[in-house]
Amino acid sequence: MSTPAAIEVSNLGKVYDTVDAVKNLSLSVQHGEIFGLLGPNGAGKSTTLRILITTLNPTSGTATILGHDVVKEADTVRRLIGYVAQERAIDRFLTGREHLLLFAELYHLPKQEALSRIDSLLKLVNLADDADRVAKGYSGGMKRKLDIACGLLPHPKILFLDEPTLGLDVQSRLNIWEHIRQLKQQGITIVITTNYLDEADQLCDRIAIIDRGEVRAIGSPKDLKASLGGDGIWLTLSDATPEALNHLTTALQGLPFVRAIRPRENGLDIRVDGPEKALPAIMETTNTIAGCRLDGIEYHRPRLDDVFVAHTGRSLKDEPPAPVAD
Amino acid sequence: MNEQIQEVLALTNRWVKRLSREKFSMLFTLAQPMIFWLIFFGNLFQRAADIQVLQAPNYMSFLAAGVVVMTVLNNGLAGGIDLLFDKENGFLERLMSTPIRRSSVILSRFLFVMAITGMQILVILAVAFLFGVIPETGMLGITVILLIGMLFGVGLTAISMAMAFTVKSHGDFFSVLGFLSLPMIFLSSALVPLAAMPGWMQALAFFNPMTWVIDAVRPLIISGWSQALPQVGMALVVLVAFDALCLYGGAKAFKRSVG
Repeated sequence: MSTPAAIEVSNLGKVYDTVDAVKNLSLSVQHGEIFGLLGPNGAGKSTTLRILITTLNPTSGTATILGHDVVKEADTVRRLIGYVAQERAIDRFLTGREHLLLFAELYHLPKQEALSRIDSLLKLVNLADDADRVAKGYSGGMKRKLDIACGLLPHPKILFLDEPTLGLDVQSRLNIWEHIRQLKQQGITIVITTNYLDEADQLCDRIAIIDRGEVRAIGSPKDLKASLGGDGIWLTLSDATPEALNHLTTALQGLPFVRAIRPRENGLDIRVDGPEKALPAIMETTNTIAGCRLDGIEYHRPRLDDVFVAHTGRSLKDEPPAPVAD
Repeated sequence: MNEQIQEVLALTNRWVKRLSREKFSMLFTLAQPMIFWLIFFGNLFQRAADIQVLQAPNYMSFLAAGVVVMTVLNNGLAGGIDLLFDKENGFLERLMSTPIRRSSVILSRFLFVMAITGMQILVILAVAFLFGVIPETGMLGITVILLIGMLFGVGLTAISMAMAFTVKSHGDFFSVLGFLSLPMIFLSSALVPLAAMPGWMQALAFFNPMTWVIDAVRPLIISGWSQALPQVGMALVVLVAFDALCLYGGAKAFKRSVG
C-alpha cells in the first residue's frame, strides 16, 4: 500500500451565490515539497486554501490532508496544519509574544513546553528583541515573521501560507523565502498561494496554475517551461508578402533543430533546441529567401509568464491590481 | 470541558488586553455617552417633567432605569464589532483554522461584553446616586438589576454578532446599528412612561422588549420589592423568549458564516 499524498484534492468545487469560485479542481501535494498555487487575484487560489484549512466548506468534491477529510474530520485536520494568514490578520494591540501565548492556549500546549517553544520560535524568526512590543509598531516583514511563528507553533506537518510576501520589500522577501526553505529542510510540507511569478519560480518545487477557478497546468517550474517546446526565437520581418513568409516557413522547417513555427505579428515565432546553432542558421536562411527583409531577431528562454500565457491566454503581469481580495 | 474553559478564558483575555491597550477607548467605554443622558437629560427635565405622570419622586430617579437599560442596549448592539473587524482582517479565519471549539469565540465575546456591561451599570447607578437617586431595594435590588441587564444584553449581543457575521461590509453594520438604536430608545419607556405616549407609540413600545426590561428595573430603583417583583417576573418571561429567539438566529448566522 502506498502512503497517501500529503494533500489530495479531487473535483473540488465552490459556488458563491451563482459564481463558480472553484470548479472541478484536482491536485495532489507530495510530502516535503513546497507547492505553489499561482494565479491572479480572484482566480480561486485563496478559496482553495480556505477549504484546505477547514474554514470554508466545499460545494462539491473532496479534499484530504494526510488522509483526513477536511469536512468530516475537520478537527483532526486542524491539529495537523499550521496556517500563516496574510499580515493584516495581526492584532495590533497585542505584542508578538502575546500572539504566541494566545495560540499556545488555543492549541492547549503544556505551559512549560509552550514558553520554551515560543522563545525558540521568536529567535528563529529574529523577533526576540521586539517580542514585547505591541504589533502596531511592527513593519510588514516583522508581522509576516510573527505570522510564520504563529503558524509553526503547533508543530504542523503541513504549513499553509497565504501570499507570504505580498507587499514586502525585496530584502524581507528573500528573508521569508529563506525561512520557508529552512522549514522544508525540516521535513514540513508547505503550500503557498502567490501571484508573484518569481516567487513561484524560485521558491516552489511544483506549482499549479489556477485561473478562473480551474487548474490549467501542474508541474515543476522547469518542466512547465520546457513543455512550451524549447527556446523561442522571434523574427521581425519588414514588408514580407504572405508568399515569401510561406517560403521562409518551409525552408526553416527543414532545419534539424527547429521544433515548431508559429506566425506572429510582422514575423514568426520559432521554437528551437539550443540557440547556438539555430540563431546563425535561421538568419542565413532568412537572407536567402527573396522578399524577406530581416528587421529584428529576439531570443528568449521561456519564462514562467510564458507558461501562464500559454495556459490561460493572458499574462499574469498585465493583470491590473484587483481591488477585491480573492 | 476544561479545554473549552481554557479557550474561552484565553480569548476573553485578548478582549480585555485590547481594551486596556486603548486607554482612550477604555475611558469612553466606561464613561459611556449614556452618562450624559442621565446628567443632562435628567437635570434638564428635572423640573419640566410632571411627577404625577411619571409616578416617580423626580425625573432623575425615573430616568435612571431608562439609562441603565439604554447602556445595556448600546453595549449589546456594539458587542459584535470586534468580531466584525476580526472577520474583515482575517484574524477570525486564523482562529477558526485552529482546533478550538467553534463556540469558544462566541462565548468569550458574551463573557467580555457582559462583564463590561455590568461595570457600566454600576457606574450609571453610582452617578445617579450622586444626584440623590438611592435604589429602594438596596444591594439585592442592584444585583437583580445587573442580572436582568445581562440577560437582556445576551440577546442583544447575539443580534449584534449575527449581524457581524452576515453583513458584507462594516459600513452596513454601522448603518443598521445607528438606525436601530434610537427608535428602540424612543419607542420604550426609557424617557417617559407608556401612559404619557401617543396611542400609536404606546402600541409599538408595548412590543419592545426594552420596555419590559425598563419597567422591571424602574420599580427596583424607585418603589420597592412589592411593586418590583411582578414586573421582574414578567421581564424574565419576556427575556427568556427574546434571548431564545436571538440566540437561535445568532447560531444560524454563525453556522452559515464559519461552518
